[in-house]
Amino acid sequence: MAIEARNVSKCFGDFTALDDVSVEVESGSLTALLGPSGSGKSTLLRVIAGLEQPDAGEVFISGEEATGVSPQKRGVGFVFQHYAAFKHMTVWDNVAFGLSIRKRPKHEIEDRVGELLDLVQLNGLAKRYPAQLSGGQRQRMALARALAVEPKVLLLDEPFGALDARVRKELRAWLRRLHDEVHVTTIFVTHDQEEAMEIADQIVLMNEGRVEQVGGARDLYERPANKFVMTFIGPVSSFGEELVRPHDIEVRREPNGAAERATVERVVHLGFEVRADLALEDGREVWVQMTKAEADELDLEQGAQVFVATKE
Amino acid sequence: MTTKYVLRFVALGYLAALLVVPVGLVVQRALADGPGDFLAAITTPEAMHALWLTVLIALIAVPANTVFGVLCALAIVRRRFPGHGLVNSIVDLPLALSPVVVGLALVLVYGRNGWWGSWLIDNGFQVIFALPGMVLATIFVSLPFVVREVVPVLREIGDEQEEASATLGASSWQTFWRVTLPAIRWGVAYGVVLTTARALGEFGAVSVVSGRIAGRTETMTLHVEERFQSFDLTGAYASSVVLALLAVATLLAMTLLRREDGS
Repeated sequence: MAIEARNVSKCFGDFTALDDVSVEVESGSLTALLGPSGSGKSTLLRVIAGLEQPDAGEVFISGEEATGVSPQKRGVGFVFQHYAAFKHMTVWDNVAFGLSIRKRPKHEIEDRVGELLDLVQLNGLAKRYPAQLSGGQRQRMALARALAVEPKVLLLDEPFGALDARVRKELRAWLRRLHDEVHVTTIFVTHDQEEAMEIADQIVLMNEGRVEQVGGARDLYERPANKFVMTFIGPVSSFGEELVRPHDIEVRREPNGAAERATVERVVHLGFEVRADLALEDGREVWVQMTKAEADELDLEQGAQVFVATKE
Repeated sequence: MTTKYVLRFVALGYLAALLVVPVGLVVQRALADGPGDFLAAITTPEAMHALWLTVLIALIAVPANTVFGVLCALAIVRRRFPGHGLVNSIVDLPLALSPVVVGLALVLVYGRNGWWGSWLIDNGFQVIFALPGMVLATIFVSLPFVVREVVPVLREIGDEQEEASATLGASSWQTFWRVTLPAIRWGVAYGVVLTTARALGEFGAVSVVSGRIAGRTETMTLHVEERFQSFDLTGAYASSVVLALLAVATLLAMTLLRREDGS
């Protein structure tokens, strides 16, 4: 295990940020800490980095106990949501910071910084100051700065949270490619389930200071451990007493066994996907999701009478 | 439109009536008897000594308050400790307290009949009626400026840059020199300018602790008053002009810093 947190608890005054949390992260993997705000995901990341001291529990990095070790000596790279760029230094000096602290020979620093700036595609901007960069460029600079000291683990705290949607998508894909190239054990914090599902090998889903479920994107989607996981990962529709995925509700024109009669209230065409709001006879509402082809076949439109049942 | 001009007129008129005209008159009066008398008045041994003493006190008080101010600001913003709020309020005390009271307080502690004054005097170290007392008084009254300039800057930059520096392997000392200090340098510079201006212009506290011995414990401000009381108006005005020039120099330094900061 590259990183292990054992029974970690942390309170801020009356607020319990982490409540007996245990997490294991495999060497070389890309793990997402996912959860709503206030779920404790950022606190857990900061405890792993040594930026917060846990009230109870231990942290192991590469098998070694790291709980009391200062962040300076943990060998972690940390990337902040708001970049934490050293504003008075050029891009080059920002990236070289960790190496010059370690008093590495000049030629080594030059080679390494040049290499990293190539890696994050900022080679032309080495002499600029952070204020002269876009948000995406600043975050790539921060990533290069963290990677420069060859950390044992890379920790990213909502790295794309401050960026606009388009840049966020680009950087997301780029981070996944970068990870496949560099292979450093990486944990990133996000509240965006799509982001976590798209790039993480493993998702740790947190809520109210606890871990709700750990697994791959498919595990969490297809075999949610509880109602919270079900509602947080992917869309849900309530049908009768139970929660179901809106694409797991079958809609047909003819009655069939236990199928209930319903009226189509509204149809939304989203290209490939079609969503419909249905009103059941007893007044309850349910929404369903289907492909465009299925909707066309059903001739689904407002006011149509249909029959619905959960898919087997 | 008219409101704009009225406002401008009122502001300028106010400044002129209260500042520009009186200071201008001082300059005019100082030079009224010709540049020869002016030069003679500012080059008397007493005047030269007063200028030297003023500069010397500033040279000790300003660095001391700069170091203390930065440390104190760091403690106020970055640390949580018992008595935190108290420290934050006490720093402002010199702004609220009349300098005369500061002077008297120092006499009570360091004077011949003071708490540890007699012990100090017995051991050959005189504080009151000597340079150490004047430096202490000046440090006391000019203490808040660096703290008050640096605290908001520290709050604004936040601690993420310092945390980033720590995760990159820097010790707290390295982080301070390479990350924190460069980030707050303009705040420190403003604070230094304000502290200097306050130190040069201090009158009340220094007046109480100095004993006002001409040629020995007289600063520029005390010298101006002493000349004035002795009906040597040319001498008083001439030394005032020197003080005003020092003030203008500090203001100029501040303006240059602002410009640098803006770019």
